[in-house]
Amino acid sequence: MTPKTMFEKIWEAHVVHEEAGKPSLIYIDRHLVHEVTSPQAFEGLRLAGLRVRRPELTFATMDHNVPTTDRSLPIEDAISKRQMETLSQNCKAFGVTLFDLNNPQQGIVHVIGPELGLTLPGATLVCGDSHTSTHGAFGALAFGIGTSEVEHVLATQCLLQDRPRTFLIEVNGRRPYGVEAKDIILSIIGRIGTGGGTGCVIEFGGGTVRALSMEERMTVCNMSIEGGARAGMIAPDEKTFDYLRSRRYAPKAFDAAVARWEKLPTDPGAQFDRRLKIDAASLSPQVTWGTNPGQVAAVDGRVPNPMDLSDPNDRKSAERALEYMGLRPGTPITEIPIERVFIGSCTNSRIEDLRRVARFVKGRRVASKVYAMIVPGSQPVKKKAEEEGLDRIFKEAGFDWRESGCSMCLGMNPDTLRPGERCASTSNRNFEGRQGKGGRTHLVSPIMAAAAAVEGRFVDVRRYELKED
Amino acid sequence: MEPFKKLKGIVTLLDLPNVDTDQIIPKQFLKRIERTGFGEFLFYDWRFIDGVELNPDFEMNAPRYRGATILVTRANFGCGSSREHAPWALLDYGFRCVIAPSFADIFYNNCFKNGILPVRLIEEEVETIFQRVREAPGYQLNIDLEKKKITSDDGLNFRIEIDDFRRYLLLNGLDDIGLTLQHEQKISAYEKTHSEIAPAPIG
Ligand code: SF4
Repeated sequence: MTPKTMFEKIWEAHVVHEEAGKPSLIYIDRHLVHEVTSPQAFEGLRLAGLRVRRPELTFATMDHNVPTTDRSLPIEDAISKRQMETLSQNCKAFGVTLFDLNNPQQGIVHVIGPELGLTLPGATLVCGDSHTSTHGAFGALAFGIGTSEVEHVLATQCLLQDRPRTFLIEVNGRRPYGVEAKDIILSIIGRIGTGGGTGCVIEFGGGTVRALSMEERMTVCNMSIEGGARAGMIAPDEKTFDYLRSRRYAPKAFDAAVARWEKLPTDPGAQFDRRLKIDAASLSPQVTWGTNPGQVAAVDGRVPNPMDLSDPNDRKSAERALEYMGLRPGTPITEIPIERVFIGSCTNSRIEDLRRVARFVKGRRVASKVYAMIVPGSQPVKKKAEEEGLDRIFKEAGFDWRESGCSMCLGMNPDTLRPGERCASTSNRNFEGRQGKGGRTHLVSPIMAAAAAVEGRFVDVRRYELKED
Repeated sequence: MEPFKKLKGIVTLLDLPNVDTDQIIPKQFLKRIERTGFGEFLFYDWRFIDGVELNPDFEMNAPRYRGATILVTRANFGCGSSREHAPWALLDYGFRCVIAPSFADIFYNNCFKNGILPVRLIEEEVETIFQRVREAPGYQLNIDLEKKKITSDDGLNFRIEIDDFRRYLLLNGLDDIGLTLQHEQKISAYEKTHSEIAPAPIG
């Protein structure tokens, strides 16, 4: 038999209908829904007189615009409130399970999917949010979709998709101290560019990737979309199975499921459309300097000079980015002062992220001119962190400790930057205005964000020690 | 959905690569629960100064582009968030066609689902359009999806590369859901034979 990639195995197992010259109709095993990209989809169903085909495969939460302050207080933003109420009504009317604002499982959709055991190896999973690629960390084929597609999946449990191309990125070698999963993916995006993975599903492989924890794998897959890819994925292994074993919605016949999942990884000799090799030993902590995630530099580097860029588009983009970011070419990254820190988002808000931040900030203090907040990815993450006493470490160090949600990742709720404010952020997008109009976002790993909070500027975390637990 | 067959219209320019959907429609305007009414917020942070005054430095604001229905821009247009509010805003503002050297995948798909024609032309062709538009106020293009051609009165003639199925949907204003539901039997058959891949979750 011809050797196959993991993507091909999953794709082929999901094709419902194929015709030459048309997109394939593929079956969707799990559909996650949130308040911002779903109202018009449910409305469409209603107008067409359709029902949700498989409500038992559809799960909803509220995350994008929920407040992260005291949940017992009323929601001040009337329009956000209307969107949340609309989701509640829609879920009720169409029989969809909802983890609403007051549910102990509530959280960012890409944090709770895996937590609940909804994300499974070999499954197809979609959500009306581009960072759905996160779920690929489990060996699932996970796509972000638009609202029309949300409606399509609700109505048919299928999605029309052109077959993507395959791209293997292998990372091998020893990852140096201070280099996090976030730095791996930022380096990759820096190398391939924000359009580098367009039309592709990226499989991340190699020894360094296999050595990553599930949380770290999610960070890597999460940002595949920032490299333009349709999805990112990592072969499932013992770590994947251990993570899922006792989750609420994991298959009851678990061992039988594992036996199937073990057949998923790419066969030796399988062909990819494209390949890239990365040496982990050469990587360093990363800081974005511009307004897309590919505009990134090593922490011991400098803000580049647009004149040095050969591509005229890159040059124009860089010039504009530096103007927006208020940065001068040649400035050492470690001389960039910051006044805000955001630790959170579906990229870096899981318990391991918070544990590493705690190990760094224990016994240290947030610089006096810095306002720093930590927003756990979900209520279960929050609870676990509090059980472990991490919240006390954070508060003693001067961090604001919040309720779960997307928060300042996109600033749809009251958590935003003011114009000109500069923020070290563990989220995934540094677009103009993403965290608030005029706000300046630098994407970094959780430890780099913690260190920036303490020093009031970017620092090279490789020079600092982590406290023992 | 409105069919797209032919379009003759004024061209406007957005001379930036990597325009992301956060710029096309900033997130503070995503809270509506309808599909319409997003046009006035299109490129909001660029079009307006402090949300009130039209920004004179934003090229699209120039009177010569008034009434434009075709947007010509640079590579990787529509990257970032998957929000369909981006094509809704473009459509609501009046655009039926966007031309660029390349598009982000999700955005490209979303255009078709809303009756907008995204056209990929090579960099040189896009550059030619930029130059012609800048030289001649009110410059128009003819888009003919049936013949897969973009032409102009001053002799431009570019071919539209588009897959036949998408073209067919757009020409007929068909929506995907109706088409997929024609495969109902196949979907049901698939469900019967493949239920073990990801068993329905039991809480
Ligand atoms: S945390 Fe940010 S990127 Fe992730 S789902 Fe929420 S808004 Fe999207």
